[in-house]
Amino acid sequence: MSDDRAALTALCRFGLGPRPDDLARLRSDPRGALLDELARPAAIRLDDPQLPTSQQAIARYAAHQRVVSRARQQRAPGEERAGATAVALRGEAQPGMAAPAMGGGSALSGKMSAETAPPGMTPPGMAGIGAGPSPDVPLYEQEVAARLIRVHDALVGFTERLVMFWANHFAIALKDGPVRSAAGPFEREAIRPHILGRFADMLKAAEQHPAMLFYLDNNQSIGPTSNAALKNRRGLNENLAREMLELHTLGVDGGYTQADVTALARILTGWTVASADEDALHGGSFTFAPVRHEPGEQKLLGRSYPDDGVGQGEAALLALAAHPATARHIARKFAAHFVADAPPPALVERLATSFRTSGGDLGELARVLIDSPEAWDAAATKMRSPQEFLFAAVRLTGKPDQLKTALGQLVAMGQPMWNPGSPKGYADGSDDWLSPTGIKTRLDVADQIGRAAGATEPLALATAAFGATASEETLRAVRRAESRPQAIALLLMAPEFQRR
Amino acid sequence: MDLCETSLSRRAVLGTSGALFAWAFMPRFAFAAGGRDARFVCIVLRGALDGLATVAPVGDPAYAGLHGDLALSLDGEIPALPLDGFFALHPSMPNFARLYKAGQASVVHAAATGYRERSHFDGQDVLESGQPAPGRTETGWLNRFLAGLPAGERVASAGALGVGPVAPLVVRGPAPVLGWSPAVLPPAGDDLADRLVALYAERDPALHRMLIEGLKTEDLIAMNGPAIRREGGPADPKGMSRTALGAARLLAQDDGPRIAGLAFEGWDTHANEGGVKGQLANRLRGLDDAIGVFAGTLGPKWRDTAVMVVTEFGRTAAINGTRGTDHGTGTVVLLAGGAIRGGRVIADWPGLSDAALLDGRDLRPTTDVRAVAKGILADLFGAPAGYLAREVFPDTAGLSPLRDLVA
Repeated sequence: MSDDRAALTALCRFGLGPRPDDLARLRSDPRGALLDELARPAAIRLDDPQLPTSQQAIARYAAHQRVVSRARQQRAPGEERAGATAVALRGEAQPGMAAPAMGGGSALSGKMSAETAPPGMTPPGMAGIGAGPSPDVPLYEQEVAARLIRVHDALVGFTERLVMFWANHFAIALKDGPVRSAAGPFEREAIRPHILGRFADMLKAAEQHPAMLFYLDNNQSIGPTSNAALKNRRGLNENLAREMLELHTLGVDGGYTQADVTALARILTGWTVASADEDALHGGSFTFAPVRHEPGEQKLLGRSYPDDGVGQGEAALLALAAHPATARHIARKFAAHFVADAPPPALVERLATSFRTSGGDLGELARVLIDSPEAWDAAATKMRSPQEFLFAAVRLTGKPDQLKTALGQLVAMGQPMWNPGSPKGYADGSDDWLSPTGIKTRLDVADQIGRAAGATEPLALATAAFGATASEETLRAVRRAESRPQAIALLLMAPEFQRR
Repeated sequence: MDLCETSLSRRAVLGTSGALFAWAFMPRFAFAAGGRDARFVCIVLRGALDGLATVAPVGDPAYAGLHGDLALSLDGEIPALPLDGFFALHPSMPNFARLYKAGQASVVHAAATGYRERSHFDGQDVLESGQPAPGRTETGWLNRFLAGLPAGERVASAGALGVGPVAPLVVRGPAPVLGWSPAVLPPAGDDLADRLVALYAERDPALHRMLIEGLKTEDLIAMNGPAIRREGGPADPKGMSRTALGAARLLAQDDGPRIAGLAFEGWDTHANEGGVKGQLANRLRGLDDAIGVFAGTLGPKWRDTAVMVVTEFGRTAAINGTRGTDHGTGTVVLLAGGAIRGGRVIADWPGLSDAALLDGRDLRPTTDVRAVAKGILADLFGAPAGYLAREVFPDTAGLSPLRDLVA
């Protein structure tokens, strides 16, 4: 019994839930299994030659846009403006979120239809005027497919949970074609390589990634007295600077002022994405544009930063990463995510100390969590997020073979891949997900999964999922179900499966 | 279609598990709204609405300069809709303009909560929690209002309605919250739902309550019209009106909820905000459609309805360097409904001159959003000022309810 509990804590609190043989495998040494997973770099990176880099993806999208705009000009030279408006409106239009039909969907490697496109997504074939479907949709679906396979194949899933945590910390959302094209690469390029590395490196990689620069508008921000501002009337946009201070580093009570936000925004001017239309070699990648950079020294949090171009911002990022408020902010959020909505203060303090003294070593942070008794002793009260729930169900019942179905389920439950409602990322508290419509929708999802996994023996699955920890009531409900699909749906909806 | 069977079976389950909403607390004030059976809808616009682009002070000499070529005007190619000679409404809002003319819509301008920083998330927490400062987000002010109503009172007995996969904070709390959002998936079978209700009853009270409320809401919606399928998310204009349709259908029922909280997203227009056309114009059209849907769907109940549209704060008075606006302070509250004493822009206008702007950048707030909400709750439901100042909006004894908003 106690062995099962520790193994399930490793698998569910730290990981993504057991596959049918995982519980037996982890029983002897759950802690060792977590450390073992951290020691496998191949399990952390997601390098697939089929998946383009962000630069390639952005360039591909830009090339498509060029064809679209050329075709539009040729077709109706006098009506260019009207045409542009029409396309923009259709781009805004939402695909109908019709239910993905069971069994009728495409395979993971196949196409996704408009029905399951996440909010804000242009349905395939809509944006083109003789230019073929816009590539951002297939790029996104290809990335989600790779992610779902990885989620299933992970030995425990702790590293994947770390990826999810940090990707949500540096949240982006699919606001337009360029971000959509670069969303999957963002996670593979800016997050994965650093989940066990240094926070400062992840911070720099995330803030300089094209997806982030597009998402928080920094590609458009121009120093008010820079050379570029003299030529056109554009200027500062403080979006990235504010969210960097509030969400990515210090935290909202981290002691900064509006003047600090403005100063950081000035420091970050010139951080942009090279145009794929104008620069065939570097287009679609991060670049520093001196012509847009606000000249002069800037004062941030009481410290002066001389103007040495991109180095001014990089120095500011290093200082933000090393700031004690950042350690506190990260420690609390990390503990609240993995252990409990109101995490034990001693655990938070231990994590904050580790973050500070190790220079933001995120591998050390993960190991401190593994070594903390609170992480093993706390009761399993926290609701799984919709993604955690779906991934756990996929791991238990088998490989996902319906990309379209999975995407539709995530949209329905309110947590599509890489598309939160704000830069704050998806909510993390139990109360956020424990809502009437949220639970009802999970039941609809469990019903679908139960039907798809219908041939599996439910009691064997219950043993694989819960070992000796299943409640009498849950086992009875599974045993008495009128069909295997119904039994599996009940198992997936049981409190033991919903909470971790 | 087996809707009837579905409903019957569920009601049987509910019957055996007791009342739908158990009332676990004592009434805190006597209900005194007379014979009126009122509805109240709070729509939260997340991301900070540009109030100066929504209801433009076209009569203010500084406005056109600050808002540049995004400024609305009464004689443009697409003219703004005149309200009172000084203020004009964004042309994407014909429904609101029609209601305004009919005396069923008002604007409160230069409004803000007590929050004076510029974080969206803290700003939203303050707006929705009703607390004087960020950090206390367990309950929302609308829920605490409900929780103070006498047990068995009809406003209280149906609970609040929280719309969306995650109920907005403004309606969360101890009082029961019905949840609803447009359907995406085919619903699970009734027998499965009944079995899960039974399992949760034995093992997990919180999940039990949520599941029962989720099932009940779905039944209520299904009894009153065809299923409402999701079209776009909370930041999509179509999604806004679909959401409003579901909420309105529930509110229209005699035994349905009287109070609803909705949240629409996508108002954070840092870049390329657009003027009479563009991203803000599209979203305002969605909001306007949603208001139109409430007016059209509530039928005779519209007469006793107040819809209040609020946002965490406003945006900079001047256009920024990327043809958008950054986080600001003062903004608008929109009020619509047959219960609203309409046709007015209520503003102690601070002006937009350099000296008048807050911190040299924002519309200076002169009316507190909480005073507006308190005024409506007082006049629509008879909520006593003391309770409002203590429980609903704590520490606001010095902030009088703004009266006469309700007809």
